[in-house]
Amino acid sequence: MSADKFSNPVVRWIDHRLPVFSMLDHTAHDYPTPKNLNYMWNFGSLAGLSLTIMIATGIVLSMNYTPHIDYAFDSVERIMRDVNHGWMIRYIHMNTASFFFIVVYLHIMRGLYYGSYKAPRELLWILGVIIFLLMMATAFMGYVLPWGQMSFWGATVITNLFSAIPFVGESIVTWLWGGFSVDNSTLNRFFSLHYLLPFVIAGVVILHIVALHRFGSNNPIGINAKGPQDTISFHPYYTIKDVVGIAMFLLLLAMAVFFFPNAMGHPDNYIPANPMQTPAHIVPEWYFLPFYAILRAVPDKLGGVLMMFGAIAVLFVLPWLDRSPVRSARFRPVFRIFFWLLIIDAVLLGYLGAKPAEGIYVILSRLATAWYFLHFLVILPLLGVFETTKPLPKSISEPVLATAKGA
Amino acid sequence: MTKSTPDTKDLQDPERRDFIVVATYAMGAVGAAAVAWPLIDQMNPAADTLALANTEVDISKIAEGQSITVKWRGKPVFVRHRTADEIARAETANGDDLRDPQPDDARVQRPELLVVVGVCTHLGCVPLGQKTGEVRGDYDGWFCPCHGSHYDTSGRIRKGPAPTNLEVPPYTFLSDSVIRIG
Repeated sequence: MSADKFSNPVVRWIDHRLPVFSMLDHTAHDYPTPKNLNYMWNFGSLAGLSLTIMIATGIVLSMNYTPHIDYAFDSVERIMRDVNHGWMIRYIHMNTASFFFIVVYLHIMRGLYYGSYKAPRELLWILGVIIFLLMMATAFMGYVLPWGQMSFWGATVITNLFSAIPFVGESIVTWLWGGFSVDNSTLNRFFSLHYLLPFVIAGVVILHIVALHRFGSNNPIGINAKGPQDTISFHPYYTIKDVVGIAMFLLLLAMAVFFFPNAMGHPDNYIPANPMQTPAHIVPEWYFLPFYAILRAVPDKLGGVLMMFGAIAVLFVLPWLDRSPVRSARFRPVFRIFFWLLIIDAVLLGYLGAKPAEGIYVILSRLATAWYFLHFLVILPLLGVFETTKPLPKSISEPVLATAKGA
Repeated sequence: MTKSTPDTKDLQDPERRDFIVVATYAMGAVGAAAVAWPLIDQMNPAADTLALANTEVDISKIAEGQSITVKWRGKPVFVRHRTADEIARAETANGDDLRDPQPDDARVQRPELLVVVGVCTHLGCVPLGQKTGEVRGDYDGWFCPCHGSHYDTSGRIRKGPAPTNLEVPPYTFLSDSVIRIG
């Protein structure tokens, strides 16, 4: 930490007056990290990388994009055909959006499985849920910008969710639109906010990291590090492990960008927006499908909207719903079964969200929605009381050393 | 004692100090709200958007049983010249399955001409049923493909998630062949 740490005299001169190098050294170099982290701990750095790629490609895309209903679609096509490397930059932006959600969903799953939301990391978790909400708002507004059919009707359906609010709903929707339908004013403000929100996300990410470093990372066995013998420095041990994940991530991203750039999109968005005709089958982007399925499962407008927002709201109070003192699912045999059932349930909801709202799909959506809420509101609180957990190891080192002796 | 005693007492009166502090915060809050309001209200419809709020329609060319779609405030409006059978069914529908009960004659000015905003009251999609061959739903009016709402020949919600009937926009007959919506 002391200024002597840096051999470069320029760095030393700056650090004495503006301790940015000490700060970086403290957060990304010396930072003591549990020595047993597995590859599930890679997704935080991957999410950070995704955000960086999105901001970098987004800034250059906006240099060629026109936020006007008469020009937006054509300006995006011009990016695809005429702008130097435009097709690649746009495909990277589009596909990284999907990859960002894949990474964040895995990051959330990691948190759920290893109990990373439990005391004293409740605020860390809540900041994460806020980032998730901001991501959804940003992604939704970004999808509107190309002004294709799915852009227009996605914007119409999602903004109309607010009309379900009693009494003031209609006024709120008119205010969101800046008119009587989704129109040029709507496109302009969505562009403005789509540019702003990623920087808000970056700000919350900094708070997320500050909260993380207060108590350090959780780890696969979920017990606190007892001292230096349980930790290693972040650099070079975890920076190198993160680089392995980053290489894998970039490999898959490049595969999507260059070979299947539209696999996670919808062909209808290559039809210019037409306010007079709704496409026969409208679906949101894949990462919203589980929530969309919950919305449609309820045969009442306000009820559906409340349940959909409730599905995310329940994550905010998760640290207080799961009262089990044991963090990691490794020592919670019953919780582990229900965890996987929840994952299956969420995937099923995603599948159902992409299907038309009729027949068996509606019934399955209702059952899957019921299970989702049952898991958080009934099963988790009960497990905290009734589950018999396995004995916890005495320290992070103990199980590692025991395996070594056995081998 | 000295003359300054009352002043000192005032200064030390905690209630008086609290009042000044609270008043200062309140004044600051009112000021902040006054500054915030224009920044929020600029998102409401602008004057030119409000000015474009009416549309005239020639209805003389709509044959019986035919529908046309016109644009009003950026939204589709359905104008349907109803057949005698459609009118009869709209008028005789009883209250049992009407979610938003309303008699047919409260929704039309002349029975043969039905004018409704072509926007599903659920989440704003445009229902099908305007063109020949399109699905019209179980009640022969309109059917919204997004989440499956069925509307009858009076544009009333009969089945599906939509909470209310298709909205009837304000309109006036300028003559027997022209109406003005808005």
